[in-house]
Amino acid sequence: MSETTAPKPFDWSSPEATAIRKRRYAADRRLRLYGLISILTAIGLLGVLIASLIVTGHTAFVQTEIAVEFTADPENVPADDPASGNFRAVVSNAVQQLFPEIDDPRELRTASGILSDGAVNIVRNYVTAHPEVAGQSFTLEVPASDPYDQLNKGVINRDLPEERRRVSNEQIALFETLEERGLVSTPFNWGLFVNSDSRFPELAGLAGAIAGSFYALLVCFLISFPVGIAAAIYLEEFAPKNRWTDLVEVNINNLAAVPSIVFGLLGLAVFIQVFGLPRSAPLVGGLVLSLMTLPTIIIVTRVALKSIPPSIREAALGIGASKHEVILHHVLPLAIPGILTGTIIGLAQALGETAPLLLIGMNAFLTSPPGGIMDPATALPTQIFIWADSPERGFVSRTSAAILVLLGFLIFMNALAIYLRQRFERRW
Amino acid sequence: MNMLTDAAVETALEGAPESNAVKMRGNKVNVFYGEKQALFDVSLDVRENQVTALIGPSGCGKSTFLRCLNRMNDTIDICSVKGEITLDGEDIYNPRIDVVELRARVGMVFQKPNPFPKSIYENIAYGPRIHGLASAKGDLDGIVETSLQKAGLFNEVKDRLHEPGTGLSGGQQQRLCIARAIAVSPEVILMDEPCSALDPIATARVEELIDELRENYTIVIVTHSMQQAARVSQRTAMFHLGNLVEEGPTDKMFTNPEDKRTQDYITGRFG
Repeated sequence: MSETTAPKPFDWSSPEATAIRKRRYAADRRLRLYGLISILTAIGLLGVLIASLIVTGHTAFVQTEIAVEFTADPENVPADDPASGNFRAVVSNAVQQLFPEIDDPRELRTASGILSDGAVNIVRNYVTAHPEVAGQSFTLEVPASDPYDQLNKGVINRDLPEERRRVSNEQIALFETLEERGLVSTPFNWGLFVNSDSRFPELAGLAGAIAGSFYALLVCFLISFPVGIAAAIYLEEFAPKNRWTDLVEVNINNLAAVPSIVFGLLGLAVFIQVFGLPRSAPLVGGLVLSLMTLPTIIIVTRVALKSIPPSIREAALGIGASKHEVILHHVLPLAIPGILTGTIIGLAQALGETAPLLLIGMNAFLTSPPGGIMDPATALPTQIFIWADSPERGFVSRTSAAILVLLGFLIFMNALAIYLRQRFERRW
Repeated sequence: MNMLTDAAVETALEGAPESNAVKMRGNKVNVFYGEKQALFDVSLDVRENQVTALIGPSGCGKSTFLRCLNRMNDTIDICSVKGEITLDGEDIYNPRIDVVELRARVGMVFQKPNPFPKSIYENIAYGPRIHGLASAKGDLDGIVETSLQKAGLFNEVKDRLHEPGTGLSGGQQQRLCIARAIAVSPEVILMDEPCSALDPIATARVEELIDELRENYTIVIVTHSMQQAARVSQRTAMFHLGNLVEEGPTDKMFTNPEDKRTQDYITGRFG
């Protein structure tokens, strides 16, 4: 090295050098600040979303109930066949008993409106299940109908002028007498989880939607998990690397980005029209969702297989393991945590998917949960869609509550994925 | 030659009978990775019950040659092998050859210890189990014990056979890998820089072990350490840029090499 090319001595403490270093540190700090601002924005937006859901939805987790004494008198409820009884009469007798001071039939009808329209069914079911009450009196907690439910929860403001309220002064007075007598209670609303959909918001629940989503996800898992893993193993371990496999790979990635409504149309055209599978069935829903989950599972499985260090494959090959033994005994078991994590996240996506389910008719109005994968069903997101469309005031809070339930399931699934990853992750 | 102790040269001299039969033979082996040629007309004999050391600077093709001996290069798509490699006179690249059997007969120990993330017992028992070497459970226990004993590891791990093999120290892991290779009763053991990830004490143990194993197995070892080649091998082959520069008894290679490149390499002038 000649002396002419040697760098000149550099003065590190000169003002120029100090200024340059200062600028570099400032850039470091700015980058950090941008990241922090972004994170805070994201958390803030999420917080606003959850808070608004809780504010509107929390009232749906409790339900106004009224303790009413019913009498299964033999006149209305025959002892030998209680199910065929005239329960409408039983309920109106009970209302008369509740307000003995009312003798005007019009006023009595108004008073009956305090109880949910489902009271007749509730009493019938109770008497059928407990035939021993025939001829006796018994007390049941019956849900209040929607306006009174809202009134009790304070959603309807009693101080507003009468014409701007959905509940008249007369109705409020009736309800207040019940409150004074201690018959009104607001327990936790188990009905939200054990009832199916209903025209009456106070009776509507998510049981049918949860069962429908469960069956659809089950079908989706049973199809996309084995098929996805097998496809990924072939592509990763067996397929030659050429133009064709490149094409397959590109298209799998494309498939993961196809809008979900397209899969819905495909499901409608193929599974329902061509194969003649029943409409609204979780089977069809699961098939359509599995089309969407499949690319995700293939991609995560390939990544998981790729991340297994080659030394493990070499170790197995080196003692004469055949290809399937290397894959099934060594590579796949080590990749399973990653595969499971990806699968759960794929299923969580499928759980929240709405558009394809609307197209295959999983937004039907159904008052009983599906008994299997061939029965008509709704799913959680489509149930939210139905409720959001309903005019009754009670459905507003139920919609938010249903969204919270759906988010709860999603958080649970993602937490499970994180747990599995940390529990079984191996460090090399 | 200042780097070799007299004792090392002596051990190398002792076990160098020229008469040993040829176990594996490479004849004009050419290896290509896609367009790039990695080995040029390499012809090398591996003699039975001897340790053959492959030396040379990085990227010279010694590991490539080693991996050809049990067709480990098959796993690399773009790799193609031309020429002939025989095991007991039989061409191992013949399409009729069963690769699974070949790899059981020609075992391999890798640069980085790579035990399966399973128990010590399972690590050793896996090979015999897939090949059906043990008919009864007791046989398998016997194989595990003898393999660990031959690898000089049994006394250290006999109380924790069912603990994970990855929990052992680096040197123990490498001896576990050797035991795993022995367990399927190979004829040849290939070792690809088996001590490069080990400390000097663990290295000494493995080298000792290699010397003991020579009695029953034919060993080919790739190494970057000249001292190691001198200590453990009877024959040495020097590779450079994909060519076999020179091959012969280790003592001769280290005292009186024919090729200038060998001379330069072993005296540390390049590589």
